[in-house]
Amino acid sequence: MGRWIPLWLPGETSHARAVDVLFVGLLISTLLVLTLLFYLLLRFAIHYRAGNAAANRDHRIRKSWYLEATWTVATLAAFLVLFVWGARLYLNLYDTPKDALPIYIVAKQWMWQAQHVGGQREINEVHVPVGRAVRLIMSSQDVIHSFFIPAFRVKHDVLPGRAEDIWFEPERAGVFRLFCAEYCGTDHSRMAGRVVVMQQPAFEQWLARQDTDGTLAAQGERLFRQFGCSGCHSAGSAVRAPLLDGLYGKAVPLADGTLETADERYLRDSILQPRAQIAAGYETLMPSFAGRISEGELIAIVAYIKSLGATGRQP
Amino acid sequence: MSNAPNYLAADNRLRSWFLTTDHKRVAILYFATITLFFFIGGAAATVIRLELATPQGDLVTSDVYNRMFTIHGVVMVWFFLIPSIPATLGNFIVPLMIGARDLAFPRLNLLSWYLFLIGGLTTLYAVLVGGIDTGWTFYTPFSTMYSNSHVVLAVTGVFIAGFSSILTGLNFIVTIHRLRAPGLTWYRLPLFLWSLYATAVILVLATPVLAMTLLLVALDRFAQIGIFNPAKGGDPLLFQHLFWFYSHPAVYIMILPGMGVVSELISCFSRKPIFGYKFVAWSAIAIAVAGFFVWGHHMFVSGQSVFAGLVFSFMSFIVAVPSAIKVFNWTATLHKGWVRFDAPMLYALAFIGLFTIGGLTGLFLACLAYDVYVTDTYFVVAHFHYIMVGGMVTAYFGGLHYWWPKITGRMYPEYWARAAAILIFFGFNMTFFPQFVLGVLGMPRRYHVYLSEFQVWHVMSSFGASILAVAYLLPLLYLGWSLFFGRRAPANPWGATGLEWQTPSPPPTYNFETTPSVTRRPYDYSVNGQAHAQNA
Repeated sequence: MGRWIPLWLPGETSHARAVDVLFVGLLISTLLVLTLLFYLLLRFAIHYRAGNAAANRDHRIRKSWYLEATWTVATLAAFLVLFVWGARLYLNLYDTPKDALPIYIVAKQWMWQAQHVGGQREINEVHVPVGRAVRLIMSSQDVIHSFFIPAFRVKHDVLPGRAEDIWFEPERAGVFRLFCAEYCGTDHSRMAGRVVVMQQPAFEQWLARQDTDGTLAAQGERLFRQFGCSGCHSAGSAVRAPLLDGLYGKAVPLADGTLETADERYLRDSILQPRAQIAAGYETLMPSFAGRISEGELIAIVAYIKSLGATGRQP
Repeated sequence: MSNAPNYLAADNRLRSWFLTTDHKRVAILYFATITLFFFIGGAAATVIRLELATPQGDLVTSDVYNRMFTIHGVVMVWFFLIPSIPATLGNFIVPLMIGARDLAFPRLNLLSWYLFLIGGLTTLYAVLVGGIDTGWTFYTPFSTMYSNSHVVLAVTGVFIAGFSSILTGLNFIVTIHRLRAPGLTWYRLPLFLWSLYATAVILVLATPVLAMTLLLVALDRFAQIGIFNPAKGGDPLLFQHLFWFYSHPAVYIMILPGMGVVSELISCFSRKPIFGYKFVAWSAIAIAVAGFFVWGHHMFVSGQSVFAGLVFSFMSFIVAVPSAIKVFNWTATLHKGWVRFDAPMLYALAFIGLFTIGGLTGLFLACLAYDVYVTDTYFVVAHFHYIMVGGMVTAYFGGLHYWWPKITGRMYPEYWARAAAILIFFGFNMTFFPQFVLGVLGMPRRYHVYLSEFQVWHVMSSFGASILAVAYLLPLLYLGWSLFFGRRAPANPWGATGLEWQTPSPPPTYNFETTPSVTRRPYDYSVNGQAHAQNA
């Protein structure tokens, strides 16, 4: 029957199984309430139907505040338990392990593009290794999309102009469905793909088999010159701009006196909206590259700046 | 009583109908208009369900499909559900229920119907010249930069209709404050009025935010001001915050009036005062207030901060408490009652069941980690249809049958009405329950083509939808029949309390010959109270 009438999609990660336990908890509480309510409704409706001996046309209601207080407090207490349960799992979803493997996702109408750190690219497929946390850094080239892997119980919107990330840790090799879950225009329902989970050695082999234009950082270095970034951001340049060596992961003092950690989001925002956060001691000279640079190029340049980082946290 | 002609017979020239300031006639104008929109929205739903009977996109193209679910949503939300109970039953009943001659601002009331009509026609015009494909939510930057459809036109229609909402809300608030009959204190008000009051407050406070948001969408599309465009420093998420700041309270605009109707019906057909009157009354106000602080639960995966997610999840559980209180009190009202199963009561009981399922599945969605899985899937579609259709539309039909004798002066055929109520209940569950399963299986919403493994549930849903379509057409037929051939209705066919039953059916233009006065609590259905009501 399961084949013809599907009833359940098994969760494939430990997070997914925890979500499924939550589902069962929600389902049981719901069924308890529904059973009690429908039992009372039916019982009262039948027992007190007009004309039945039990029915009394002149019944008066006594003070009822203790009943009201009881069901209000009981409801509230049950709700608090469900809130905390759901919230804890949700926090887990945004607590990405430090050593997670980064993969960059670019969404556009109507396809998914994935870029690996080694420079490998794929369309509508994402290859990942088993048993390692994978961190997806996602952005959109046009409208809002949503990256959804039902079997992993993860979903996150992919927005234009900013990087959003999500993580998961596959536990077995296999092929899992990937959907776009946020309506994005004509072919929204065809914007689907697959997540291919492979054993680590097979994954390494797969990476090695792909043609690349060098690693993502190497591609970024070329783009860094092509877009003229190196004209200012290099030693001995006539224009005074911050040098980017060793920048990644450091705390940057900003002109407004605050400190900002130079993470991927900061680097990205600084390219797209350079005037928003000015490094202390520098002039507001840099033009915005918003609209002039594609999401894929942006990812490569950020990867390049990241590779200049002296903090030794290279992936 | 007197020989004053009733409001229907008073003057039947077209001019007198289209320039009327009688709240009862305005209600009839609204009634005709929203019935038309209900069937337009229903026609779009029919195309959707037919298309989804097979996994391939074989009936219409993706662009047509996207236009169909958009127009279904836009029409049903703004041109049927929001005005449904307030503008028809509310317009008709509020002044009668409080013993007034009319609403506080009769001309404003007529104006709000005209605005509604103009808004509706503008949106329909957008459909006729090519449609709109953004979904009823108009998410940016799709709507502002990428959609090639008539976004500005459709948004303009909704914008205009919004003013109609605001005026109706304003009118109800002032009427309920100022025009109550002598002796009709707040705690003597029927619960329908408490519900409409809470609804009116939301209409007045939330709708302007929608108007501003839609204006920004139009400006962004026309003048590229870039407020939602990240390339110009704008923020597409800002739209979602603004939109849901209106649209979540709007959900309560679409359910509170239904709760009010059901409170009247349950009490009347159980022959009992409502259990916990003050709790039911204040829970309507609590819903209206707390409803303004939950909008972010539509955005748990949107990229809003994790902290915001926690706060909005917590508030969403809180706002569910007053709804639960209402359900418990309705059930307790039946206890030791004298329960009759006339058609309006069948609708009320169906409402309790369907609304409770809708409400409980809402907890799944308020629960953060589970929402991440099922948001934007069919689970959400099923959930809100249980609230909006299973809840509000069922209550609307219940109220319509209950007050039909008062509105038209004719009785509807009881057995047809009961048959329709039962058919709606089964057709509804058959249509929407399978969609919960689809959601739990992970099928995203707004999909024109889908994986064949989901088909069996879609076939069930489409089959249920065809039953539902027949069930919704039935009342149109037998209620239409009753207008001409129905038995003449007495002033108070249900033996109900409430001032609206103390004037003839249909009421004279000026409602009451002498202003009634109220000396008793509402829903006094004791034998003693009945004798009192009949003597009044």
